[in-house]
Amino acid sequence: MALLPVALTVTSCKREERNFNTPPPNVSEAQTNPSFKNPLEENAYSLSEGKRLFSQYNCNGCHAQGGGGMGPALMDEKWIYGARPEQVFATIVEGRPNGMPSFRGRVQETQVWQLSAYVRSLSGHVPKDAASSRDDHMQGKPPESRTKEQPIKNTSPP
Amino acid sequence: MRARQINWGFLTWVALVNTTVAATTQSSVDPAGPQAQHISQLWWVMLYLLTGVFILVMSLLSIGAFRRRSKAAETSGRNVIQTDSLRETKMARVVMGGVVVTTVILFALLVSSFIVGRTIYSTPKEPTVLTIDITGHQWWWDVRYENQVASQIVTTANEIHIPVGRQVVFKLNSADVIHSFWVPNLHGKTDLIPGHPAETWLKADRTGVYRGQCAEFCGHQHAHMAFEVVVESEEQFQAWYESQLKSAPAQLTSSQSRGLQLFLSKPCVMCHTIQGTDAGGKVGPDLTHLASRQTIAAGALQNNRTNLSRWILNSQDVKPGNHMPPIPLNSEELNFVLDYLESLK
Repeated sequence: MALLPVALTVTSCKREERNFNTPPPNVSEAQTNPSFKNPLEENAYSLSEGKRLFSQYNCNGCHAQGGGGMGPALMDEKWIYGARPEQVFATIVEGRPNGMPSFRGRVQETQVWQLSAYVRSLSGHVPKDAASSRDDHMQGKPPESRTKEQPIKNTSPP
Repeated sequence: MRARQINWGFLTWVALVNTTVAATTQSSVDPAGPQAQHISQLWWVMLYLLTGVFILVMSLLSIGAFRRRSKAAETSGRNVIQTDSLRETKMARVVMGGVVVTTVILFALLVSSFIVGRTIYSTPKEPTVLTIDITGHQWWWDVRYENQVASQIVTTANEIHIPVGRQVVFKLNSADVIHSFWVPNLHGKTDLIPGHPAETWLKADRTGVYRGQCAEFCGHQHAHMAFEVVVESEEQFQAWYESQLKSAPAQLTSSQSRGLQLFLSKPCVMCHTIQGTDAGGKVGPDLTHLASRQTIAAGALQNNRTNLSRWILNSQDVKPGNHMPPIPLNSEELNFVLDYLESLK
């Protein structure tokens, strides 16, 4: 029982840490290690940076605020190119057929991991205490911190 | 030992000179415009008046604290304060007088500060000829000169040029959190509130470079969110404006064009605009005329090659928490990019 507050404090510290100058997770390690976890997904700052970049880099131009438009929805349970953090990372870096451009070299690596974390938070795959609880604009859906974890259904391209 | 003392004296002297120099570029008591003139007058009136009051109160207090009790009170042995109705009346008059004087002074200051506030924040009297849109970002200033003709709009960042003696209207807005626009030599503060456009105006009476600063805490790099107001003659201003209207140079040396290619294929292109190229990002400052600006990183660094490379390679070392990520470039690539950026006059 005494350990509970300690545990809570430790996890909340990690949640609030702002690491401006730490190197991003190693890509090759992420792609070879099946139990890889993106550490930025447990960090509120990284998730909110991902959220900021999502609109600043015009991801919402095609995916809207996760509901999809010209591009597929990101808040549902369907995953065409994989739901794992490193798979989302690869989708952003490599691009995908029928519209998703490649951002290789153009989006800095840490930022791709932040975007990957944010994209996964849209369907509730990150810790609730770290996920963003508000939008900078009008909300069309409950915030990510109140998004229920969606089951993952791997589907083929439409 | 003696050398050491001389050194200290020299250091103090250097520090003093530095403070004086700094005070002229960002100082409320060195007014360069009518509004700052009013503010500074009010400041001096308040300073002298209140210093006088302070000295008076402190002297009365010390008299009260150090004056001995009367002989009679001390010898009577009783610990009761003797009252003397005549003295009491006199004392009551002093206290009453103090209250009256305080009220009068405070009321006079209230009225004068109200008048100053009304004067400096009143709507401008002259017809507006120049309007500048300022958008505050974490942690830099977007500057846009309004014009009816789209091709005549100038966009720049962190450096505002205005002609001397002309009233300039500023429209203020924020892209994220609350900032505050403050050029102490020219005017008081005006807040930039997201979604609530504000307006203010400035007029500079003499030419010079005046430093401005965000005056509302806005996050990690609030202290490094500065800008410069360059007040110049009408002709100089027009010349500057004409040069800012131009697109980036199309004639490039081979290393500069390599630099442009790198700019377009690296993270730079996601956030920055260079007019005349494919770079059209709106997230960071417009770099079309970067080399013409005095500072980079919102007044944090002088604009030179060393600082630019420091900033590009790892801006997080300079301004931790700012939104520009470290850009992975090798030394050859960095030199190409720097060659290109330095051509953006």
